[in-house]
Amino acid sequence: MVDFWFNYIWPVAWIVIKIVAIVIPVMLSVAYLTLAERKIIGGMQLRKGPNIVGPFGLLQPIADGLKLFLKETIIPSGASRGVFILAPCVTFVLALVAWSVIPFGDGMVLADINVGILFLFAISSLGVYGILMAGWASNSMYAFLGALRSAAQMVSYELAMGFIIITVLMCVGSLNLTDIVMAQKGEYGMLNWFGVLMFPMAVIFFISTLAETNRHPFDMPEAEAELVAGYNVEYSAMAFALFFLGEYANMILMSGMTSVLFLGGWLPPVDIAPFNMIPGPIWFAAKIAFCLFIFIWVRATFPRYRYDQLMRLGWKVFLPLSLAAVVIVASVLVAFDLAPQV
Amino acid sequence: MAETEIKNFNINFGPQHPAAHGVLRMVLEMDGEIVDRADPHVGLLHRGTEKLIEYKTYLQAVPYFDRLDYVAPQNQEHAFALAVEKLLNIEVPPRGQYIRVLYAEIGRILNHILNIGSYAMDVGAMTPMLWSFEHREILMEFCERVCGARLHMAYFRPGGVAFDMPPGLAEDIGKWADTFPAFIDDLETLLTENRIFKQRTVDIAVVTAEQCYDWGFTGPNLRASGIAWDLRKAQPYDVYDKMDFDIPTGKFGDCYDRYLVRMYEMRESIKIIHQCLEQMPAGACKVDDQKVSPPSRGDMKKSMESLIHHFKLYTEGYHVPAGETYTAVEAPKGEFAVFLVSDGTNKPYRCKIRAPGFAHLAAMEMMSKGHMLADVVAVIGSIDIVFGEIDR
Repeated sequence: MVDFWFNYIWPVAWIVIKIVAIVIPVMLSVAYLTLAERKIIGGMQLRKGPNIVGPFGLLQPIADGLKLFLKETIIPSGASRGVFILAPCVTFVLALVAWSVIPFGDGMVLADINVGILFLFAISSLGVYGILMAGWASNSMYAFLGALRSAAQMVSYELAMGFIIITVLMCVGSLNLTDIVMAQKGEYGMLNWFGVLMFPMAVIFFISTLAETNRHPFDMPEAEAELVAGYNVEYSAMAFALFFLGEYANMILMSGMTSVLFLGGWLPPVDIAPFNMIPGPIWFAAKIAFCLFIFIWVRATFPRYRYDQLMRLGWKVFLPLSLAAVVIVASVLVAFDLAPQV
Repeated sequence: MAETEIKNFNINFGPQHPAAHGVLRMVLEMDGEIVDRADPHVGLLHRGTEKLIEYKTYLQAVPYFDRLDYVAPQNQEHAFALAVEKLLNIEVPPRGQYIRVLYAEIGRILNHILNIGSYAMDVGAMTPMLWSFEHREILMEFCERVCGARLHMAYFRPGGVAFDMPPGLAEDIGKWADTFPAFIDDLETLLTENRIFKQRTVDIAVVTAEQCYDWGFTGPNLRASGIAWDLRKAQPYDVYDKMDFDIPTGKFGDCYDRYLVRMYEMRESIKIIHQCLEQMPAGACKVDDQKVSPPSRGDMKKSMESLIHHFKLYTEGYHVPAGETYTAVEAPKGEFAVFLVSDGTNKPYRCKIRAPGFAHLAAMEMMSKGHMLADVVAVIGSIDIVFGEIDR
C-alpha cells in the first residue's frame, strides 16, 4: 500500500499540484493583465482607466469575470452547437497547455522535454483551430471573414517566427528551453542575451508574436471597425470569456517565449550582487511584463493594417528577412567556428 | 470537374455597426475581401425636420438646425439665421457678426477633431479619439458659457445672437486658442507620418476634381481634390470678408488628403478665432428692432411696449415678408444651405435643407468600388458623414 502510494498516487498528485501552481498564477496574471492594459492605455490617452471597483480599480477584473460568468451563454439558432461550444474550449486549453514547458527558473519547469521549443511552436500554431472553428460554427458573415483572415495571418507569420527560432537554435544547439536560457548565461550579463546579439531578429520575432496573438496593429480577425468583433462576434458570457482569457494567456505566453529566446529567461541582466540575489522567477516575470507593456503600448499608438498589407508584410518583408537571418547566422557560426559542439 | 459559378456574398454593414457613424446601413456585395457594390441606405434617422419647420415660427425653427449635424450645431443655425435675415432685410450689428464667426469656427474645430478622432478610430488607432475629446470638452464649455447649452446651442438667431458673451470668456477662448496648435502637432505625430496610417489612407478612394463636380462634393472633401472653393471666401457672409485666412487644398483627392485638409483647416480656424477676438467691437449683439429681437428683461419690467413685444415675439413670432432665398454657409462638412420660402406669415412656407453629407454619401459606391472591406471604413471616416443631417 505504501509502495503504491509512493510509486503511483504521489507522483500524479505532485504533477497536479505543480499544474495548479502554474495555472492559477497564469489565470491571475491574465486577469490583472486586462486591468494593466486598461490602466496603461488610459494613462496614454489622458484618462484614468478603471478606478471605481476596489482600491485603484484592483477588483475590476474580478467584477468583469463575475459578470461574464453570470451571463447567459447565447447560442445562435443557425450555429453548429457542438463546434460552437468546443471552439472557445480549444483556444483556452491550448493557451494553458503551452505553459507546461516554460521554465520559470533554473529547473522550475513542469516538463523539461528536449523538444520544448517545437512543442511550444506546435501548440501556438494549433491556436488557429479555435478561431477557425468559432468563425465557421457561428454561421455569421463577420465571424466567417474574421476566421478566414485569422487563419491566413497566423500561418504567414509562423513562417517568419519559425526561421527566427532556427537562428536561435543554431546558436544554442538544443531544442530544450532550459538549455536555450543557459546558453545566454555569461560573464557579460545581458550582453550575452540573444536579444542583444541578434537584435534585428528579436524585433522581427516580437512583431510576429503580435500577429500571432492577433494583437494591434494586426488584430485583423477581430477588427472592430470592419468586422465588429470578428470571429467572436456571436459569443457571449463564459464562451466569450474563454476566448478572452485564451487571447490574453497567449499574449503572456508569447512574451514568455520572447523572454526565453531573446531576453535571457530568468537570468539577471547583470550578474553581480544586488541583481543576482533576486530570484529567477521574478526576473522572468519582469521580462514578461516588459514585453507585455510593449504589446499594450503598440496598441495605444498604431492604426490597424489592412488585410492585404498585413500579408504583404508577412510574406514579402519578414519571410525574406528571416531567411536571410538564418543564412547570415549560419555563415557567421561556421566562419568563426562558433557553432555549439553537441 | 464541372464549372461552378462562384456567388458573391452580401454583408449588411450597419445600421448597428461601430464604424457606421450613426445609423448608416450599407449593403456590401463582397468578392472575398473586395467590395463589388456598396449600396448605402438612408432614412433610418428621418425625423421630418423640414416638414416640422413649416409648422413652427421662425424662431422655433432654430433648434431643429442644431439637431441636423449635431457635431457642429452652430454652423447650421448660422445658415438659417442668415436666410431669415435676408428675407427680413435686416443687418446684424458688427459685434453679433463677430461672435457668430467666432462660434462658427469653434464649431468647425468641434467637427474636425471629432472627425479626425473617429476616422483614426476607424482605421484602428484609438488614442487620437480620446485626445481630441479632451479639447471638444473645452470647446463645449465655451458654448455652455455663452448660451447655457453644451451642444444644441440655439444661439445664432435671426437678428444676431441670443446673448452677449459673458466677461472673461473672450480671454479664455484666446488662451485656449494659443494652446490648441500644440495639440494639433501632437495629433499629427500620431497620424500624419505614421506609416500604417498612410498605408491605410494614401491612394484610397481617389476622387478627381471632375468627379467632385459630378457628385456635388463640397467642403473639405472638395478641397482635398484640389479645388479651392470655400464659401467663406467665395461669397463671404457676416465678417468673413474681414478675416485673413487661407484655403488649404489637397492634391490627389484620396483619403489622406481629406485628412490633411481638415488638419490644416483647424489651424486656419484658429487664425480666424484670434482675429475675431482682436477685432471684436463693443456694442449690441443683435438688431435693435424689437419686432425681431426680444427686448431686455429689465425693459419688460418697466415698459408696457416691451412687454407686448416680448409676448408677441414668443407667441405669434414675427411675420417675414413674402419671398424666397437660397442661403448657403460653409459648414465644416461642406456647403450647408437653406432654401427658405416665405408667404408673408409667421411660419416658413417651405424650408428645404441642403446637407453636404447627403451628396458625399451618395458617392460611396463610386468611392469604395474595387477597394477592400477595410477601406470602406476608411472612406466613411474620411468623407465625414453624420446622419442627423443626411436623414434630416
